[in-house]
Amino acid sequence: MNLIEAKNVVFEYFRRNKDGEVDGINRAVDDVSLDISQGDFIAILGHNGSGKSTLAKHMNAILYPSEGTVVVDGMDTTDEDKLWDIRQTTGMVFQNPDNQMIGTVVEEDVGFGPENIGVPSKEIWERVAESLKCVGMYEFRKKSPSRLSGGQKQRVSIAGVLAMHPKCIILDEPTAMLDPVGRKEVIRAIRALNDVEKITIILITHYMEEAVYADKVFVMDKGKVVMQGNPREIFSRSKELQELRLTVPNATLIADELRSRGVNIPEGIISEEELVEALSTIL
Amino acid sequence: MIREITLGQYYPADSIIHKLDPRVKLMGTIFFIISLFLFKNFVGYIVVTIFLISVIKLSKVPFSFMVKGMKAIVFLLMLTVVMNMFMTVGEPLVTLGKLTITKEGLRSAIFMGLRLMYLVIGSSVMTLTTTPNNLTDGMEKLMNPLKKIKVPVHEISMMMSIALSFIPTLVEETDKIMKAQTARCADFESKNLIKRVKSYIPVLVPLFISAFRRANDLAMAMEARCYNGGEGRTKMYPLEYKKRDRIAYAIMLIYLILTVLLPRIIPFDLLVGLLFKA
Repeated sequence: MNLIEAKNVVFEYFRRNKDGEVDGINRAVDDVSLDISQGDFIAILGHNGSGKSTLAKHMNAILYPSEGTVVVDGMDTTDEDKLWDIRQTTGMVFQNPDNQMIGTVVEEDVGFGPENIGVPSKEIWERVAESLKCVGMYEFRKKSPSRLSGGQKQRVSIAGVLAMHPKCIILDEPTAMLDPVGRKEVIRAIRALNDVEKITIILITHYMEEAVYADKVFVMDKGKVVMQGNPREIFSRSKELQELRLTVPNATLIADELRSRGVNIPEGIISEEELVEALSTIL
Repeated sequence: MIREITLGQYYPADSIIHKLDPRVKLMGTIFFIISLFLFKNFVGYIVVTIFLISVIKLSKVPFSFMVKGMKAIVFLLMLTVVMNMFMTVGEPLVTLGKLTITKEGLRSAIFMGLRLMYLVIGSSVMTLTTTPNNLTDGMEKLMNPLKKIKVPVHEISMMMSIALSFIPTLVEETDKIMKAQTARCADFESKNLIKRVKSYIPVLVPLFISAFRRANDLAMAMEARCYNGGEGRTKMYPLEYKKRDRIAYAIMLIYLILTVLLPRIIPFDLLVGLLFKA
């Protein structure tokens, strides 16, 4: 069985003018269907306003579809009795690390989720320690979040979700506000969770190079899924991606350019290492 | 300068004061504040000062941290001192034109000033040694009986703890906005008071907007982490009184008795009277 099944999901909201009257209807998500199975690493790509974040918020019942259905682990998201079970199954990490910290000490923040779902006190502490170790933030457990770097804060946020023992973690542009170092830290933590803990990861991003590690990539534009496949397939269509205002990794761009100038280089190069390897076999 | 508001900021350290039950610290702070108004002479201040200094020493929080908190109330402090100095009727000491400083005025100015300072330092000892979450847990438990008359105790304490934990973020934000407006030629140092007040409008408006945006984000993040009110919630720190908490209560009681009794016993004339009786 799939962990998340979205069928023909539509999400509409009213556009209002200055006086608050309904001006028209916007479709943020337009007839999206996708299946995500347990243990997958999924990347959803799209530029700003493509509906990717809106779609993500459907997967843990923060938003409900106007049409269609979203089923998480056999539970329909519109079923109010299951609301908290759904949110526990699919945890969510948001973009701005400052706006999702509830505690003033790292370990308190991580404990917030388990407290909410009624985990006994002793077990909360075990879960907090275990989740902080998972993201490599254990030694910071007594620190105040305001003294951490952006990347560290996001790792704490991930630990906060992890402590609720979810089957799936949705990360809504977790690296958008971070510097390159912080971005690497977070992506490394996410990959480790997927590899070691076998947690399903749904990474929403507009950085193509973060999608390299995914098992499957969905590209969204104007509320629709316009491309899907593994990263190699997607990245070999660099022309289309650029039309969708997505930046293709430099390695792919260089390979494409070389190919168009007659260098015999294979398609689907997505990382610098691969480019170096391909070039060294030619030279 | 604006970053230096310490009220509501937690200072992590490993001390006996940090470990005390938040209820003890809350009650202690309330008792301490009450005690400041229980006496009218010098002896009382000695007791209070000794108590406060030993608590600060025990808390392992650098004293400079608490002094920083004072900066926020400098204006209020000055106002109180000046008002008391000139407005109290009594035996005149110095006359400056129409203003007279009386003996009683000087005395009450010093005492009121000290009271205000101790009040701020005393409460910042509590906020510096207790995390907001811990503090609100304590508040929630202390106010629990009020639930019977439908007071939303959990919600109130949750709001308090979020407000407290967002103070540093908002202070930082204010700083950022002020710098941005200074770069756009806003004048925050104008001598003209009205101009200066007006210049804060372009700071407050963006600050409010961003605060609401943050609140919105935070609410969503809390819901995503299954927050649904106080029902069925467990605590990381279940509050139970331990031996040290009972000792702390006992010390507080002794302190309170001392602040009430000592100033009454020690005055010189009474002392002499006692000696004569013996």
